[in-house]
Amino acid sequence: MAELSFENIGISAMAGAVPKQIIKNRDYTEHFAKEVVKEIVDKTGVEERRFTTASQTSADLCFAAAEQLFLDNEIDKSEIDILLFVSQTPDYRMPATSISLQHRLGLHKSTAAFDISLGCSGFVYGLSVAYAYANMPQVRKVLLLDGETRSKVYHPKDRKTGFIFGDAAVAAVIEKQNTGTSYFSLNSDGSKSDLIKIDAGGYRNPSNEETTKEKVVDEHGNIRTDEHGYMNGADVFNFVLREIPKNIKQTLSFANTELGDLDFYVFHQANKFMNDYLAKKLKLDIAKVPSSIHKYGNTSSVSIPITIVDKLKDQLNTPKKILLCGFGVGMSWATAVLATKHIKISDIVEV
Amino acid sequence: MKDKFLETIKEALEVEDVEVKLEDRLEDFDSWDSISRLSLIALLDENFEVEVADAEFDETETVGDLFNLVKKRIA
Repeated sequence: MAELSFENIGISAMAGAVPKQIIKNRDYTEHFAKEVVKEIVDKTGVEERRFTTASQTSADLCFAAAEQLFLDNEIDKSEIDILLFVSQTPDYRMPATSISLQHRLGLHKSTAAFDISLGCSGFVYGLSVAYAYANMPQVRKVLLLDGETRSKVYHPKDRKTGFIFGDAAVAAVIEKQNTGTSYFSLNSDGSKSDLIKIDAGGYRNPSNEETTKEKVVDEHGNIRTDEHGYMNGADVFNFVLREIPKNIKQTLSFANTELGDLDFYVFHQANKFMNDYLAKKLKLDIAKVPSSIHKYGNTSSVSIPITIVDKLKDQLNTPKKILLCGFGVGMSWATAVLATKHIKISDIVEV
Repeated sequence: MKDKFLETIKEALEVEDVEVKLEDRLEDFDSWDSISRLSLIALLDENFEVEVADAEFDETETVGDLFNLVKKRIA
């Protein structure tokens, strides 16, 4: 059972970056009628999203977020011993994007750098790795970069996914602090790998002429290629209802904490309908459940930290207890109960 | 239980003013799509604590078929 706890490790600073280009969903009617779009937006709550340009990548967004973080916090770059990059939209299939970011950010060659390939659960997983390294006596600071360009993963002619996803990145510094104890629960179920997937373009089904062809994929006339992502929304929802409340209860019990003791509950921003129902099922005080789904959509692993940066700026200056819960592609899910001391949060930069 | 089930269907399909019968075919409702399916999943969880998989919805023709599935799952 992957239940982990850490004493006196914390996030000291966070910064976010989003692309300049705003997609207003209700006007995004190139491929679907206005009424269809309205129905989707009403249900999912995604009013706007940010899209990168054709040449802009997750790493570019992470770079901008990290530069802002350095600027606002006078961080001595030589103290960063570990650089982690969480993403499923890397620059290249090789080498790992984290390594190019080590160079771009001017970090020392003695920095350990590697990528973590996870989606919606990725920030919580990445944070657990960052905490584990920061816990070591030799490690001074861990730089956690989390970036996604999900706009490039889904096909605009597939209404099941074409209106939900967006692009964003967050940079965070993790180090030793007298925060108290933080708890993590990390979980996996590979039997449900086909609920959210890109079938082709890896080494099991390599890219070829066939995999890049647009085709009608269901009776509703949705169109995509085998190299675009697909999602079985109904069964993802079933999965979330079955596993997530249970995992939150288990994690709280592990942390010896009650739901009511927490200051904020930050969920992966899947869609408004799912998140609202989850909050209702868990009987949460909605005032403590920040949401950024209307503004940035579902940005996969970035949705939890971008919600923190956007909604909790100036609210994490004093010690808090916050619950983070990410769930999705894999299937992979993770819950954390974090004790925070003072997280300095920068304004989100547009690039 | 049948009345509660039919009310659940009406709420999910947003057809509160229409009489829904067990012999009605789900696909005859204009509002029966992937979005109302999410509403139904939430309502079945809330009202009956029952899970119905996407493929099971696909195999369900009438409201009555779904009723029988839910009834069986509760028992």
